[in-house]
Amino acid sequence: MGPISSSFIFPEWLEMLAAFLIGTGFGFALEQGGFSSSRKLAGMFYGYDTTVLKVFFTAAIVALIGSQLMSYLGLLNLNQVYVNEFYVAASIVGGVIMGAGFIMGGFCPGTGICALSIGKIDAMIFVAGGLTGAFLFAESYPLIQDLANASYRGPVRINESLGLSSGLFTLIIVAAAALMFWIAELAEKRFARPDITAEI
Amino acid sequence: MKKNYMNPYLAGTMLGIVLLLAMFISGRGLGASGGIKYCVVSVVGAVDRQHASNSVYYNKYFENGQKPLKNWLVLEIFGIVAGGFISGAVSKRLTFKIEKSPKISNKRRLIFAFLGGVFFVYGAQLARGCTSGAALSGMAVLSTAGFVTMIAIFGSAFAFAWFFRKNWI
Repeated sequence: MGPISSSFIFPEWLEMLAAFLIGTGFGFALEQGGFSSSRKLAGMFYGYDTTVLKVFFTAAIVALIGSQLMSYLGLLNLNQVYVNEFYVAASIVGGVIMGAGFIMGGFCPGTGICALSIGKIDAMIFVAGGLTGAFLFAESYPLIQDLANASYRGPVRINESLGLSSGLFTLIIVAAAALMFWIAELAEKRFARPDITAEI
Repeated sequence: MKKNYMNPYLAGTMLGIVLLLAMFISGRGLGASGGIKYCVVSVVGAVDRQHASNSVYYNKYFENGQKPLKNWLVLEIFGIVAGGFISGAVSKRLTFKIEKSPKISNKRRLIFAFLGGVFFVYGAQLARGCTSGAALSGMAVLSTAGFVTMIAIFGSAFAFAWFFRKNWI
Protein backbone atom coordinates (compact mmCIF):
# COMPACT_ATOMS: atom_id res chain seq x y z
CA MET A 1 0.00 0.00 0.00
CA GLY A 2 1.26 3.43 -0.93
CA PRO A 3 2.88 5.77 -0.47
CA ILE A 4 5.91 3.62 -1.21
CA SER A 5 8.17 5.92 0.84
CA SER A 6 6.26 5.05 4.04
CA SER A 7 7.04 1.33 3.87
CA PHE A 8 10.32 1.22 1.95
CA ILE A 9 13.52 3.16 2.65
CA PHE A 10 14.83 4.42 -0.65
CA PRO A 11 18.58 4.37 -1.11
CA GLU A 12 19.69 7.93 -1.76
CA TRP A 13 20.43 7.45 -5.46
CA LEU A 14 16.99 5.97 -6.07
CA GLU A 15 15.27 8.76 -4.20
CA MET A 16 17.16 11.36 -6.25
CA LEU A 17 16.35 9.48 -9.46
CA ALA A 18 12.65 9.30 -8.55
CA ALA A 19 12.61 13.05 -7.84
CA PHE A 20 14.31 13.74 -11.16
CA LEU A 21 11.91 11.53 -13.12
CA ILE A 22 8.82 13.00 -11.46
CA GLY A 23 10.20 16.45 -12.27
CA THR A 24 10.73 15.33 -15.87
CA GLY A 25 7.09 14.27 -16.18
CA PHE A 26 6.05 17.54 -14.52
CA GLY A 27 8.11 19.69 -16.91
CA PHE A 28 7.00 17.69 -19.95
CA ALA A 29 3.29 18.04 -19.08
CA LEU A 30 3.67 21.77 -18.38
CA GLU A 31 5.45 22.43 -21.68
CA GLN A 32 3.01 20.33 -23.73
CA GLY A 33 0.12 22.23 -22.16
CA GLY A 34 1.57 25.56 -23.27
CA PHE A 35 2.82 26.70 -19.86
CA SER A 36 6.16 27.69 -21.37
CA SER A 37 4.47 30.75 -22.89
CA SER A 38 3.99 33.79 -20.64
CA ARG A 39 1.48 35.37 -23.02
CA LYS A 40 -0.57 32.20 -22.91
CA LEU A 41 -0.41 32.10 -19.11
CA ALA A 42 -1.26 35.79 -18.75
CA GLY A 43 -4.19 35.33 -21.14
CA MET A 44 -6.02 33.75 -18.22
CA PHE A 45 -6.33 37.13 -16.52
CA TYR A 46 -7.61 38.96 -19.61
CA GLY A 47 -9.84 36.10 -20.83
CA TYR A 48 -8.30 35.57 -24.28
CA ASP A 49 -6.65 32.26 -23.33
CA THR A 50 -7.86 30.19 -20.39
CA THR A 51 -5.43 27.28 -20.75
CA VAL A 52 -4.18 27.90 -17.19
CA LEU A 53 -7.57 27.21 -15.69
CA LYS A 54 -8.23 24.15 -17.87
CA VAL A 55 -4.87 22.46 -17.26
CA PHE A 56 -4.69 23.39 -13.59
CA PHE A 57 -8.17 22.23 -12.60
CA THR A 58 -8.07 19.13 -14.79
CA ALA A 59 -4.82 18.12 -13.07
CA ALA A 60 -6.26 18.87 -9.63
CA ILE A 61 -9.40 16.79 -10.15
CA VAL A 62 -7.51 13.90 -11.79
CA ALA A 63 -5.15 13.70 -8.80
CA LEU A 64 -8.00 14.23 -6.34
CA ILE A 65 -10.29 11.56 -7.83
CA GLY A 66 -7.31 9.24 -8.39
CA SER A 67 -6.08 9.49 -4.82
CA GLN A 68 -9.57 9.11 -3.34
CA LEU A 69 -10.15 6.06 -5.53
CA MET A 70 -6.78 4.52 -4.63
CA SER A 71 -7.52 5.12 -0.97
CA TYR A 72 -10.93 3.46 -1.33
CA LEU A 73 -9.34 0.45 -3.04
CA GLY A 74 -6.73 0.20 -0.29
CA LEU A 75 -3.82 1.14 -2.57
CA LEU A 76 -2.91 4.45 -0.95
CA ASN A 77 -3.02 5.45 2.69
CA LEU A 78 -4.00 9.12 2.57
CA ASN A 79 -3.00 9.60 6.21
CA GLN A 80 0.60 9.10 5.06
CA VAL A 81 0.34 11.72 2.29
CA TYR A 82 1.49 15.20 3.24
CA VAL A 83 -1.30 17.70 3.90
CA ASN A 84 -0.19 21.34 3.70
CA GLU A 85 -0.14 23.09 7.04
CA PHE A 86 -2.52 26.00 7.26
CA TYR A 87 -1.12 29.32 8.47
CA VAL A 88 -4.11 31.54 7.74
CA ALA A 89 -2.39 34.92 7.44
CA ALA A 90 0.65 33.61 5.56
CA SER A 91 -1.48 31.68 3.04
CA ILE A 92 -3.55 34.77 2.22
CA VAL A 93 -0.80 37.41 2.24
CA GLY A 94 1.64 35.08 0.47
CA GLY A 95 -1.01 34.23 -2.11
CA VAL A 96 -1.76 37.89 -2.81
CA ILE A 97 1.98 38.61 -3.27
CA MET A 98 2.24 35.61 -5.59
CA GLY A 99 -0.72 36.82 -7.67
CA ALA A 100 0.97 40.21 -8.12
CA GLY A 101 4.15 38.41 -9.20
CA PHE A 102 2.15 36.26 -11.62
CA ILE A 103 0.65 39.22 -13.50
CA MET A 104 3.96 41.13 -13.53
CA GLY A 105 6.16 38.25 -14.60
CA GLY A 106 3.75 36.06 -16.54
CA PHE A 107 5.04 32.90 -14.90
CA CYS A 108 4.86 30.98 -11.65
CA PRO A 109 8.01 29.20 -10.40
CA GLY A 110 7.24 25.82 -12.06
CA THR A 111 6.22 27.33 -15.39
CA GLY A 112 9.18 29.74 -15.32
CA ILE A 113 11.63 26.86 -14.92
CA CYS A 114 9.81 24.93 -17.64
CA ALA A 115 9.92 27.92 -20.04
CA LEU A 116 13.63 28.59 -19.51
CA SER A 117 14.31 25.01 -20.58
CA ILE A 118 13.13 25.77 -24.12
CA GLY A 119 15.10 29.02 -24.32
CA LYS A 120 12.69 31.73 -23.15
CA ILE A 121 14.97 34.54 -22.00
CA ASP A 122 12.18 36.28 -20.08
CA ALA A 123 11.76 33.05 -18.09
CA MET A 124 15.48 32.97 -17.25
CA ILE A 125 15.18 36.50 -15.88
CA PHE A 126 12.00 35.52 -14.00
CA VAL A 127 13.81 32.63 -12.30
CA ALA A 128 16.75 34.94 -11.49
CA GLY A 129 14.15 37.18 -9.84
CA GLY A 130 12.81 34.13 -8.04
CA LEU A 131 16.23 33.28 -6.61
CA THR A 132 16.48 36.90 -5.48
CA GLY A 133 13.03 36.67 -3.92
CA ALA A 134 14.00 33.55 -1.95
CA PHE A 135 17.16 35.33 -0.77
CA LEU A 136 15.21 38.45 0.27
CA PHE A 137 12.74 36.27 2.16
CA ALA A 138 15.50 34.50 4.06
CA GLU A 139 17.20 37.79 4.95
CA SER A 140 13.97 39.51 5.97
CA TYR A 141 12.67 36.48 7.87
CA PRO A 142 13.31 37.95 11.35
CA LEU A 143 11.08 40.92 10.41
CA ILE A 144 8.16 38.86 9.13
CA GLN A 145 8.33 35.66 11.15
CA ASP A 146 5.43 36.78 13.33
CA LEU A 147 3.25 37.10 10.24
CA ALA A 148 4.60 33.87 8.77
CA ASN A 149 3.65 31.88 11.87
CA ALA A 150 0.43 33.68 12.85
CA SER A 151 -2.91 31.90 13.22
CA TYR A 152 -1.58 28.36 12.78
CA ARG A 153 -4.31 25.78 12.25
CA GLY A 154 -2.30 22.63 11.51
CA PRO A 155 -2.68 20.32 8.48
CA VAL A 156 -6.44 20.77 8.19
CA ARG A 157 -8.59 19.34 5.42
CA ILE A 158 -11.28 21.59 4.01
CA ASN A 159 -13.99 18.93 3.85
CA GLU A 160 -13.46 18.10 7.53
CA SER A 161 -13.79 21.77 8.49
CA LEU A 162 -17.07 21.87 6.56
CA GLY A 163 -18.27 18.58 8.02
CA LEU A 164 -18.46 16.85 4.62
CA SER A 165 -17.11 13.47 3.51
CA SER A 166 -14.11 13.55 1.17
CA GLY A 167 -16.16 11.81 -1.52
CA LEU A 168 -18.93 14.39 -1.44
CA PHE A 169 -16.46 17.28 -1.42
CA THR A 170 -14.64 15.74 -4.38
CA LEU A 171 -17.93 15.63 -6.26
CA ILE A 172 -18.54 19.31 -5.47
CA ILE A 173 -15.07 20.22 -6.76
CA VAL A 174 -15.63 18.27 -9.98
CA ALA A 175 -18.96 20.05 -10.52
CA ALA A 176 -17.32 23.43 -9.80
CA ALA A 177 -14.51 22.62 -12.25
CA ALA A 178 -17.01 21.65 -14.96
CA LEU A 179 -18.81 24.95 -14.45
CA MET A 180 -15.52 26.87 -14.66
CA PHE A 181 -14.51 25.02 -17.85
CA TRP A 182 -17.82 26.08 -19.40
CA ILE A 183 -17.27 29.72 -18.35
CA ALA A 184 -13.68 29.53 -19.63
CA GLU A 185 -14.83 28.38 -23.07
CA LEU A 186 -17.34 31.26 -23.17
CA ALA A 187 -14.69 33.76 -22.03
CA GLU A 188 -12.31 32.73 -24.80
CA LYS A 189 -15.00 33.65 -27.35
CA ARG A 190 -16.08 36.83 -25.58
CA PHE A 191 -12.55 38.17 -24.99
CA ALA A 192 -10.92 36.62 -28.06
CA ARG A 193 -7.72 38.34 -29.21
CA PRO A 194 -6.81 36.64 -32.49
CA ASP A 195 -3.89 39.06 -32.91
CA ILE A 196 -2.30 37.71 -29.71
CA THR A 197 -3.29 34.04 -29.93
CA ALA A 198 -1.97 33.82 -33.50
CA GLU A 199 1.50 34.67 -32.20
CA ILE A 200 1.67 32.31 -29.22
CA MET B 1 7.17 24.34 -38.36
CA LYS B 2 6.32 24.35 -34.68
CA LYS B 3 3.61 22.03 -33.49
CA ASN B 4 0.52 23.14 -31.65
CA TYR B 5 0.21 22.70 -27.93
CA MET B 6 -1.55 19.65 -26.58
CA ASN B 7 -5.26 19.86 -25.83
CA PRO B 8 -5.38 21.51 -22.38
CA TYR B 9 -7.67 18.89 -20.85
CA LEU B 10 -5.32 16.14 -22.04
CA ALA B 11 -2.24 18.00 -20.77
CA GLY B 12 -4.06 18.55 -17.47
CA THR B 13 -4.82 14.83 -17.22
CA MET B 14 -1.15 14.05 -17.83
CA LEU B 15 -0.12 16.56 -15.15
CA GLY B 16 -2.67 15.07 -12.75
CA ILE B 17 -1.26 11.58 -13.29
CA VAL B 18 2.28 12.86 -12.60
CA LEU B 19 0.99 14.47 -9.38
CA LEU B 20 -0.77 11.24 -8.39
CA LEU B 21 2.44 9.29 -9.05
CA ALA B 22 4.40 11.73 -6.88
CA MET B 23 1.87 11.22 -4.07
CA PHE B 24 2.02 7.45 -4.46
CA ILE B 25 5.81 7.21 -4.57
CA SER B 26 6.93 9.92 -2.18
CA GLY B 27 3.86 10.75 -0.11
CA ARG B 28 4.19 14.36 -1.26
CA GLY B 29 2.87 16.36 -4.18
CA LEU B 30 4.79 18.44 -6.70
CA GLY B 31 6.82 21.55 -5.94
CA ALA B 32 8.91 24.20 -7.62
CA SER B 33 9.57 27.17 -5.32
CA GLY B 34 11.00 24.90 -2.60
CA GLY B 35 13.81 23.83 -4.92
CA ILE B 36 14.59 27.48 -5.70
CA LYS B 37 14.85 28.12 -1.96
CA TYR B 38 17.25 25.20 -1.45
CA CYS B 39 19.49 26.52 -4.25
CA VAL B 40 19.67 29.91 -2.50
CA VAL B 41 20.23 28.34 0.92
CA SER B 42 23.05 26.26 -0.50
CA VAL B 43 24.78 29.23 -2.15
CA VAL B 44 24.48 31.36 1.00
CA GLY B 45 25.89 28.49 3.05
CA ALA B 46 28.85 28.13 0.69
CA VAL B 47 29.60 31.86 0.47
CA ASP B 48 29.16 32.80 4.12
CA ARG B 49 28.78 29.85 6.44
CA GLN B 50 29.02 32.08 9.50
CA HIS B 51 26.05 34.14 8.37
CA ALA B 52 24.06 30.96 7.63
CA SER B 53 24.85 29.46 11.05
CA ASN B 54 23.84 32.64 12.86
CA SER B 55 20.53 33.02 11.08
CA VAL B 56 17.36 31.48 12.51
CA TYR B 57 16.24 30.94 8.93
CA TYR B 58 19.26 29.29 7.28
CA ASN B 59 20.47 27.44 10.33
CA LYS B 60 17.83 24.71 10.19
CA TYR B 61 18.96 23.67 6.71
CA PHE B 62 22.50 22.87 7.83
CA GLU B 63 21.73 20.85 10.94
CA ASN B 64 23.37 17.42 11.15
CA GLY B 65 25.64 18.19 8.22
CA GLN B 66 22.84 18.18 5.64
CA LYS B 67 23.56 19.27 2.10
CA PRO B 68 20.68 21.44 0.86
CA LEU B 69 21.37 20.67 -2.81
CA LYS B 70 21.01 16.90 -2.34
CA ASN B 71 17.35 17.21 -1.94
CA TRP B 72 14.14 15.89 -3.47
CA LEU B 73 12.92 19.38 -4.43
CA VAL B 74 16.17 20.39 -6.12
CA LEU B 75 16.33 17.20 -8.19
CA GLU B 76 12.71 17.80 -9.14
CA ILE B 77 13.68 21.20 -10.57
CA PHE B 78 16.44 19.63 -12.66
CA GLY B 79 13.77 17.20 -13.85
CA ILE B 80 11.44 20.06 -14.85
CA VAL B 81 14.23 21.50 -16.98
CA ALA B 82 14.86 18.12 -18.62
CA GLY B 83 11.16 17.41 -19.19
CA GLY B 84 10.47 20.88 -20.58
CA PHE B 85 13.47 20.54 -22.89
CA ILE B 86 12.37 17.11 -24.16
CA SER B 87 8.85 18.42 -24.80
CA GLY B 88 10.22 21.52 -26.55
CA ALA B 89 12.47 19.33 -28.70
CA VAL B 90 9.66 16.92 -29.63
CA SER B 91 7.35 19.81 -30.55
CA LYS B 92 10.10 21.89 -32.18
CA ARG B 93 9.82 24.84 -29.83
CA LEU B 94 13.48 25.16 -28.80
CA THR B 95 14.55 28.71 -29.55
CA PHE B 96 16.09 31.60 -27.64
CA LYS B 97 13.61 34.42 -27.48
CA ILE B 98 12.06 37.07 -25.31
CA GLU B 99 8.33 36.55 -25.44
CA LYS B 100 6.40 39.79 -25.08
CA SER B 101 3.69 41.97 -26.48
CA PRO B 102 4.89 43.93 -29.54
CA LYS B 103 3.72 47.10 -27.76
CA ILE B 104 6.43 46.96 -25.09
CA SER B 105 10.22 46.96 -25.23
CA ASN B 106 12.46 44.02 -24.39
CA LYS B 107 13.82 45.99 -21.46
CA ARG B 108 10.38 46.59 -20.00
CA ARG B 109 9.46 42.91 -20.40
CA LEU B 110 12.63 41.75 -18.65
CA ILE B 111 12.30 44.25 -15.78
CA PHE B 112 8.76 43.05 -15.11
CA ALA B 113 9.82 39.41 -15.48
CA PHE B 114 12.49 39.95 -12.82
CA LEU B 115 10.12 41.78 -10.47
CA GLY B 116 7.49 39.09 -11.00
CA GLY B 117 9.99 36.43 -10.01
CA VAL B 118 10.98 38.34 -6.87
CA PHE B 119 7.36 38.79 -5.80
CA PHE B 120 6.26 35.28 -6.66
CA VAL B 121 8.96 33.39 -4.82
CA TYR B 122 8.90 35.79 -1.86
CA GLY B 123 5.16 35.13 -1.53
CA ALA B 124 5.70 31.40 -2.00
CA GLN B 125 8.17 31.26 0.90
CA LEU B 126 5.65 33.07 3.10
CA ALA B 127 2.74 30.81 2.08
CA ARG B 128 5.00 27.71 2.20
CA GLY B 129 4.39 26.77 -1.41
CA CYS B 130 3.58 28.18 -4.83
CA THR B 131 1.05 27.26 -7.51
CA SER B 132 2.44 23.70 -7.58
CA GLY B 133 3.30 22.91 -3.97
CA ALA B 134 0.54 24.85 -2.22
CA ALA B 135 -2.31 25.36 -4.67
CA LEU B 136 -2.26 22.30 -6.97
CA SER B 137 -0.83 19.65 -4.63
CA GLY B 138 -2.75 21.16 -1.71
CA MET B 139 -6.08 20.93 -3.53
CA ALA B 140 -5.41 17.32 -4.50
CA VAL B 141 -5.22 16.34 -0.79
CA LEU B 142 -8.16 18.63 0.08
CA SER B 143 -5.98 20.80 2.31
CA THR B 144 -7.60 24.06 3.39
CA ALA B 145 -4.27 25.83 2.91
CA GLY B 146 -4.24 24.69 -0.74
CA PHE B 147 -7.68 26.08 -1.48
CA VAL B 148 -7.06 29.37 0.33
CA THR B 149 -3.69 29.88 -1.38
CA MET B 150 -5.16 29.03 -4.80
CA ILE B 151 -7.99 31.56 -4.37
CA ALA B 152 -5.55 34.22 -3.09
CA ILE B 153 -3.15 33.73 -6.04
CA PHE B 154 -5.76 33.79 -8.79
CA GLY B 155 -7.91 36.44 -7.11
CA SER B 156 -4.92 38.71 -6.67
CA ALA B 157 -3.71 38.23 -10.25
CA PHE B 158 -7.19 39.11 -11.55
CA ALA B 159 -7.35 42.13 -9.23
CA PHE B 160 -3.96 43.45 -10.37
CA ALA B 161 -4.47 42.56 -14.06
CA TRP B 162 -5.91 45.97 -14.94
CA PHE B 163 -2.76 47.77 -13.72
CA PHE B 164 -0.44 45.66 -15.87
CA ARG B 165 -2.68 45.35 -18.94
CA LYS B 166 -0.28 47.32 -21.10
CA ASN B 167 2.29 44.54 -20.74
CA TRP B 168 -0.03 41.89 -22.12
CA ILE B 169 -2.90 43.22 -24.24
